[in-house]
Amino acid sequence: MSAEHLCLTGVTRIYPATEGHAAVHALGPIDLSLKPGEFFSVVGPSGCGKSTLLDVIAGLARQSAGTILFEGKPVTGEVPDGIGVVFQEDASFPWLTVFDNAAFALRRAGVPDAEVRERVRHTLAFTGLSSFAQAYPAQLSGGMRQRLCIARTLVTRPRLLLLDEPFGALDQQTRLLMGDELLKLWRETGATVLLITHSLDEAALLSDRIGVMSARPGVFIDLVETGWARERDSRLAAEAGFGVVTGRLWAALRDQSIKALAMAS
Amino acid sequence: MRAAQDADPLVTAERAERRAVPPALDTMLMIGGLVALWQVGTILLGHEALPSPVATVSKLAGIMADEDFPRHAWETARASLTALVISLVAGLAIGLALGAHRLAGEVAEPMLTALYSIPKITLYPIILLLFGLGISAKIAFGVIHGIIPVILFTMNAVRNICAVYLRSARAMRLTAAQTAGTIIVPAAVPEIVSGFRVGFALTLLGTLIGEMFASQRGIGYMLVKAMETGDTGTVMALALLLVVLATAASAALLALDRRLRRHALAS
Ligand SMILES: Nc1ncnc2c1ncn2[C@@H]1O[C@H](COP(=O)(O)OP(=O)(O)OP(=O)(O)O)[C@@H](O)[C@H]1O
Ligand SMILES: [Mg+2]
Repeated sequence: MSAEHLCLTGVTRIYPATEGHAAVHALGPIDLSLKPGEFFSVVGPSGCGKSTLLDVIAGLARQSAGTILFEGKPVTGEVPDGIGVVFQEDASFPWLTVFDNAAFALRRAGVPDAEVRERVRHTLAFTGLSSFAQAYPAQLSGGMRQRLCIARTLVTRPRLLLLDEPFGALDQQTRLLMGDELLKLWRETGATVLLITHSLDEAALLSDRIGVMSARPGVFIDLVETGWARERDSRLAAEAGFGVVTGRLWAALRDQSIKALAMAS
Repeated sequence: MRAAQDADPLVTAERAERRAVPPALDTMLMIGGLVALWQVGTILLGHEALPSPVATVSKLAGIMADEDFPRHAWETARASLTALVISLVAGLAIGLALGAHRLAGEVAEPMLTALYSIPKITLYPIILLLFGLGISAKIAFGVIHGIIPVILFTMNAVRNICAVYLRSARAMRLTAAQTAGTIIVPAAVPEIVSGFRVGFALTLLGTLIGEMFASQRGIGYMLVKAMETGDTGTVMALALLLVVLATAASAALLALDRRLRRHALAS
């Protein structure tokens, strides 16, 4: 493995013009490299191109310019093996039970049945969904469905985990606890995590490093190192350093948020 | 695992809710009401114009006991079941293809809608020319009634599929065949079942109309003969038979439809 797990150089994304709509320069140029096992978060005003960034990294959309290297290999319009994605929207399949949702990717990949059962059981326990294994997504709350989507991705053991506002539907307390679980998982698996969030607190608590994006077209205007130890959890919120980090994030973000609001109206 | 699920408050609450509406009782009341209304109609209009429920049922029993009846019933059953299978299978395949190809779908939709709304009886001479006077003409006529809603419902189901499901499919590196079989079809099933429900009723209707013209066999033929001789008793008895059969099948499909929709419900 190269020194960088993921490396973006000059990546931009322009949505081409369509009938009645001008082209939208949504993102970039972005330069970013993530070390293996790093926990990196992206914060930025609404509509600045965060989900677009995730799409091009995952190979779900093609960048308009620039290169993306994942484990040394270029990403070009296809999702590379080793990347797992949790989308911003609820992506649970309503026609499958919780268990079958979680087992979905493994079964398609031809993983033996016994192993599927074992891994799904473990992942559902981890995401607190064990007692709902036979329920359908319609019987779950929004937050539980989002957890199911996380479980569905985690069960594939991605080496790079891309999360697009995964806790957006959760209340603050559950959010903090899920963040702790995510940290535990991150430590256990050694995966690299790229988390998109609109919560400055969440970014400050969880990350090794945080990228602050400008209003559209999104570029990084600040990269903040938190300097937290690898062993950490949400109790960090009580420490003085935490306020320093969120303060710096907000200082960088305030003007951009005002700009994004003005752009939207 | 079962025990754990039973204890789960959400699941239990949902079951209780399902039990709260006794569908059997509703249905009984509804049928009772209709029969009463029918009886009132008979009293008002006279037995000649509208035979009573009791008379109709006994007439139907008489018809069904007749030695000719199995032949006619079998003819209708064979024609409508064949038409139904063709409508569903071909309609599903065409609908999936049109749904997947945006342009083809956009061209086909107005044509299908137009075809759906014209009285298909105007096409019957063409069908007879193409298929002759036998059972194939009836089947073809059933199919042109039933296939269009199946195509339209399937096509729209595929078109309106949640974009995030398709993105998930790509993120999980599924092949095109896996995506079609394990995501597109199941996601579209509730809509497809609705299409089947409408398609079923129309296929039966089409087959019967087909039998009413240029045919010597089938329930449609029996109906038209009774109409010609002014035999209201037989007309009512046969109509009752068809209504009961069609309602039972439709109710079964509706129950399936509801079940699937409850799962699909993104609350
Ligand atoms: N398919 C598309 N065609 C044209 N423009 C698009 C398309 N998708 C997104 N955009 C535009 O690109 C910009 C970035 O969108 P994106 O979804 O990446 O933002 P985001 O930062 O994830 O926003 P949010 O915080 O609301 O999730 C937005 O201004 C959006 O309007
Ligand atoms: Mg977004």
